[in-house]
Amino acid sequence: MKCQECQQRPATLHFTRVINGNKTEVHVCEVCAKEKGYMTYPEDGYSLHNLLSGLFSFDSTKVGSHQDHTFQQVHELQCPKCEMTFSEFKRIGKFGCAACYETFAQRLDPIFRRVHSGNTKHFGKIPKRKGGDLHKKKQLEDYKTELQDLIESEAFEEAAQVRDKIRALENHQGDSEAGDN
Amino acid sequence: MTLQHFMNEAISPWMREEGPDGDIVLSSRIRLARNFSEVSYPILADLDKLEGIRDFFKEQYDHQSFEDYEDFAFIPISDLTAVEKRVLVEKHLISPHLAKHAQAAATLISKNEQVSVMINEEDHIRIQLYFPGFQLNKALKKAFEFDDWLEEKINYAFDGTRGYLTSCPTNVGTGMRASVMMHLPALSMTKQINRMIPAINQLGLVVRGIYGEGSEAMGSIFQISNQITLGKSEEDIIDDLESVVRQLIGHERKARNHLMEQSGTKLEDRIYRSYGVLEYSRIIESKEAASCLSNVRLGIDLGLIKNVSRNILNELMVLTQPGFLQQYAKKTLTANERDVLRASLIRERLQLEK
Ligand SMILES: [Zn+2]
Ligand SMILES: [Zn+2]
Repeated sequence: MKCQECQQRPATLHFTRVINGNKTEVHVCEVCAKEKGYMTYPEDGYSLHNLLSGLFSFDSTKVGSHQDHTFQQVHELQCPKCEMTFSEFKRIGKFGCAACYETFAQRLDPIFRRVHSGNTKHFGKIPKRKGGDLHKKKQLEDYKTELQDLIESEAFEEAAQVRDKIRALENHQGDSEAGDN
Repeated sequence: MTLQHFMNEAISPWMREEGPDGDIVLSSRIRLARNFSEVSYPILADLDKLEGIRDFFKEQYDHQSFEDYEDFAFIPISDLTAVEKRVLVEKHLISPHLAKHAQAAATLISKNEQVSVMINEEDHIRIQLYFPGFQLNKALKKAFEFDDWLEEKINYAFDGTRGYLTSCPTNVGTGMRASVMMHLPALSMTKQINRMIPAINQLGLVVRGIYGEGSEAMGSIFQISNQITLGKSEEDIIDDLESVVRQLIGHERKARNHLMEQSGTKLEDRIYRSYGVLEYSRIIESKEAASCLSNVRLGIDLGLIKNVSRNILNELMVLTQPGFLQQYAKKTLTANERDVLRASLIRERLQLEK
């Protein structure tokens, strides 16, 4: 069997890849497997061509616990939106889309810490329109906690007032979201 | 605004104004990286999605104005000749990456060239805003206002915890790269700069030469910028950068005084020889030109050379780059031809000062 990537060298690695719940058989040569980011050897968690060379080298944890390295990518993290896998991200050192941040969230803190002198959280500018929503979301959460407390203490009159506030805020938020589109 | 306008002049209109500490700090720049929340980053996005972004910018912003930044020109990179691309890179209006590799790439440049937006570079949007001299805070304020103006029509990729979501992990958070361009001839001559750079790096700032390859800084022109974008506010990042730049200005002034006191005649000789080379040479390589221009500019700053404008350094550094020379000659030139034209343009330009 020839390698499905280069159609030249014989396929020496055979494994199953899961993308969005769909299983696909992969038959590739060792060269293409490395190049196309299908697999990473335990001894080189990052490639020499890594644009952020050395950046990810500390990350020796691997997805999947199979001994056989040809199977270790089967349950790899993959962005549902742009289909970038975590090993591709590590290889090229770039995210594929904004949703990648959510997908790889669990594994990003060590990377950010390393790049940004120990920092993992943003403390700067918040966009005006989106920031408005963030602000409202926070207020909504606060009101809901307050409402819960009032109901538990059977202060129904005050609870009704807080519920009105929540409704007003929720309606308002709906308006502003519609305006964004 | 037409493309021709950006091609003809080597220095941007905003550079003609003298900024604070303009004898040492040539310019201050704020760059903000932004992305559309719904579209994959240029590295992965489908071409039609990127074309959609490019066309959105044309429809929404071509010929628009925002405050002092009037009459934005929308320019698709694919419309440019190789020389024209090079000229925009040499004027620092676009990046080499945008000029060479980006798909569906475009730029939006204000008439005074103070603001340029790169479209579909590594991120969908890269805002660049320049101020003459040492004015980082002012530049940040204006960059934020411009950013807000764009955001009125664009849903940015933003997350409460991670901030502005960029393609590269090195830009996430503020997406901001603040930088100053400094002329440090005395610190270079005395080699003091070599000892300072590692210390500055320790503070999370990056120092590099603007012209020339590797660690060599042609014309003693250095760029100092922040490396960290996450965990600190833009204002704090700028405060840190400012305090280092402030110290460098102090060291450079001290070194200039010291050189004048200790070896004034030697320094004068060096400056006037450089002036002579620029005024009379018939063939000059870019490296020699840069070094002579740097010396002449120092001579102007020290009051030795009078009646020559300070802008001569910025202007001739750009004007004598390969792209600009070829734009001027209206044809491609060999390296030798460039050296001849470079010498002749410099002579001509110095003649104008008389
Ligand atoms: Zn192959
Ligand atoms: Zn993604």
